Amino acid sequence: MISLDINGSITEVETTDDVPAIFVLRNVLDIKSVKLGCGLEQCGSCAVLLDGEPTLTCSKAIGDFVGRTIETIEQMQSPIQEALLQGNAIQCGYCINGIIVAAEGLFRRDSHPDRATIIRALEPHLCRCGAHPRIIRVLMELASR
Amino acid sequence: MKELPQSLRNTPELDRWVAVRQDGKILVYVGKVELGQGILTAFTLIAAMELSVESKRIELVTARTGITPNEGVTAGSMSIETTGAAIRQACAWARQIILEAASQYLTVSLESLIVRDGVVSSSETSDLVSYQDLFGGRPFNKHLEFSIDEMSSQSHPKIVRIDLEPKVRGKGVFIHDKSWANMLHARVVRSRGQLVDLFPPKGKVRLFRNGDFIAICGTDEAEVVDAQTEVLARSTWTSPNLKVDVMEQLKGTNEAFLLRDGIPVREDVPDPVLEFERQYSRPYLMHGSIGPSAAAAIYQNDRIVIWCSSQGIELLKPLIARVLSIEIDSVSIIYVQGAGCYGHNGADDVALDAALTAQAIPGRHVLLKWTREQEHMFEPYGPAMIMRMGANLMGGDITDWSHDVASFTHVSRPAPGRPGIDLLGSTEVDPPFPSNEPKPRLGREVGIHRNALPLYSFENVRVVKRFVPRSPLRTSALRSLGAHGNVFAIESFMDELAIHSGKDPFSFRLKYIQDPRARAVLRSVVELAGGLEGSRGLGIAQYKNQQCYAAVICEVDVNNDTAAIKAKNIWIAADAGRVVDLDGLTNQLEGGAIQALSWCLKEAVHFDEDGVTSVDWDTYPIIRFSEIPEVTTVVIDHPKERSLGAGEATLGPTAGALGNAVYAACGVRVRDLPMTSQQLRKSAAVSL
Repeated sequence: MISLDINGSITEVETTDDVPAIFVLRNVLDIKSVKLGCGLEQCGSCAVLLDGEPTLTCSKAIGDFVGRTIETIEQMQSPIQEALLQGNAIQCGYCINGIIVAAEGLFRRDSHPDRATIIRALEPHLCRCGAHPRIIRVLMELASR
Repeated sequence: MKELPQSLRNTPELDRWVAVRQDGKILVYVGKVELGQGILTAFTLIAAMELSVESKRIELVTARTGITPNEGVTAGSMSIETTGAAIRQACAWARQIILEAASQYLTVSLESLIVRDGVVSSSETSDLVSYQDLFGGRPFNKHLEFSIDEMSSQSHPKIVRIDLEPKVRGKGVFIHDKSWANMLHARVVRSRGQLVDLFPPKGKVRLFRNGDFIAICGTDEAEVVDAQTEVLARSTWTSPNLKVDVMEQLKGTNEAFLLRDGIPVREDVPDPVLEFERQYSRPYLMHGSIGPSAAAAIYQNDRIVIWCSSQGIELLKPLIARVLSIEIDSVSIIYVQGAGCYGHNGADDVALDAALTAQAIPGRHVLLKWTREQEHMFEPYGPAMIMRMGANLMGGDITDWSHDVASFTHVSRPAPGRPGIDLLGSTEVDPPFPSNEPKPRLGREVGIHRNALPLYSFENVRVVKRFVPRSPLRTSALRSLGAHGNVFAIESFMDELAIHSGKDPFSFRLKYIQDPRARAVLRSVVELAGGLEGSRGLGIAQYKNQQCYAAVICEVDVNNDTAAIKAKNIWIAADAGRVVDLDGLTNQLEGGAIQALSWCLKEAVHFDEDGVTSVDWDTYPIIRFSEIPEVTTVVIDHPKERSLGAGEATLGPTAGALGNAVYAACGVRVRDLPMTSQQLRKSAAVSL
């Protein structure tokens, strides 16, 4: 049994601490925002905020997440989500979890990032549909507010 | 009387398309599916307009066997043209029938009726009646035979795409997110060779084997993944002994066809003398879905229900019945969104994998996912292509044009009516089902010869399609099929000819384009970009020579030291006829351009005798945020023309524009994709 601080509440989970975090989040806690894309920390679709920092969950053990705050986009209520939605800055949407998490992590540190900073934050995240220009545009617009 | 759209001719019962619910919602049934291209939003806008209701009243029901109309495959940029037209007409009929009933109910003339969001009023009475009052829960009982007038060509309103809200909120809308009590997670163990020795898994997982088809399942996904990894690593298979020199193979034995009016015909292929000849190529390319293929299934009482993201569930259904040895009617398939597929990827194969596994464990839901490595190694790739271009020029004018394209099949989607079954698992079970021999497609604008016919008018045009029968790697439909390679070659070659003739690439193209709409997009893109000067290149095509027109200008930087190419700007001008969802259309055009950049700058499937070596995102890199140019798009709307499919329109023109921009930037013509720094150096050495 381990204890996780997730989306503002402490949750007890029956698991061992060496299990990849993604399987605990998705299958035990029903947090489906976290997507399994590669299992190799190469695509970014499994990201969560860990103590406010974008962190991949597909290879790290859940034990590494104990005693830290985990946030997922289900409870995020971020203006980034609304901006991406209103800007139709998504195509299939499989990668968008990671992109929201990366952008949220950035905007919490720097509410007016420039283009280069936005791109640096998104660089670990793959999108196959080619929604990148819209995502960048929407985040630039948000940064200028 | 005007004929009905094809989908309505196939399914003419209005109740199969439209139903008014008692709560005022209107259900619209379609056989097409959301692939991330925003089609649900476009269908909703069309239905709302024709029914004179707010779009939030429309609820779409997509692709469920036995429930929605059978509309084949969601592919080829056809959904707006075919299903869009069918919905427009079905909803126009529904509206007319409702209004006739309203006129009787209110005892007023038909002409006096006014509809506002499904509520009918009249200038002749103060009474009102709603759609649900008249038809809520009641069938129309109408068999459609001909088309009636649709709503005028007014603009559709802009709405937020209807499938996006749950995605940004993290709701589990994808096939990977399906979950049932007591569900089993599953993975397959797969290799290209034949199984020699199977290493048994440890722990609480179960292994199911049928011939060389091996699945591992259990209630704990992490344990299943660990077991799959171990069984794969410690079992042994024979080497598939793949033939690796693909370009030589493409130049070898083939079946040649001459294109007559765009149709391949078996005729002697003339071998003209051409003073100017160039050869272009592209490698095998991956669809590269970000989410690995996945499907769920449950088998009980000799029936199976499958949830999957196949583009063609109706085609899949009889094949799965054959492999499982059950009646066709015992198979139900429900479409659930997957990650973007961009054509025929592993979505069909994994549906059979899940079905076979579920059949072995009756009464339990099984959710089976491919691993990232399997997605990279086993999806059917977009085939490699060689395009040999030739021309004769007289006084700077093109008199003879030759386009000779060789490739493997671009279409091996599983479909009934053939002896074999084109699904991976069917070749692995015991006894195995044969695969179908690839056959050349002889229709207009399919497969290898898609967009091989130039947009330009030349005196003498010779277009040859060469079908090469055996590919070392399985291949099938990748977004735009042959159009990507063909348009890359045509547009590169046009630039080479323009430069050879001392003409500017814009006027040189315009001279040979008769179609006023093609001329308009060409002019528009140049205007949008503010000219072609500098490190810029141009590309243009009309997709399939009958759908969306797209012209693209690309601007690049080429680093003199590293030979790295960076796209800085892309400008797109397009004409997709009547625009339904401008923002959705723009998103597709831009997404296609970015995907083409990724293909052309970075991508090639590598393999050796033992199999594919591009097994993850490090060994098959795709474009990243730091490599994304600014993209600017203009769409020329033709409200009175029919809508033209646009989802694949920019892939070819972007490829051409990129190659031409690279030449403009550094004077090196890259004819072999991808344009990596290594390739640029190689091309530079050749051109010295």
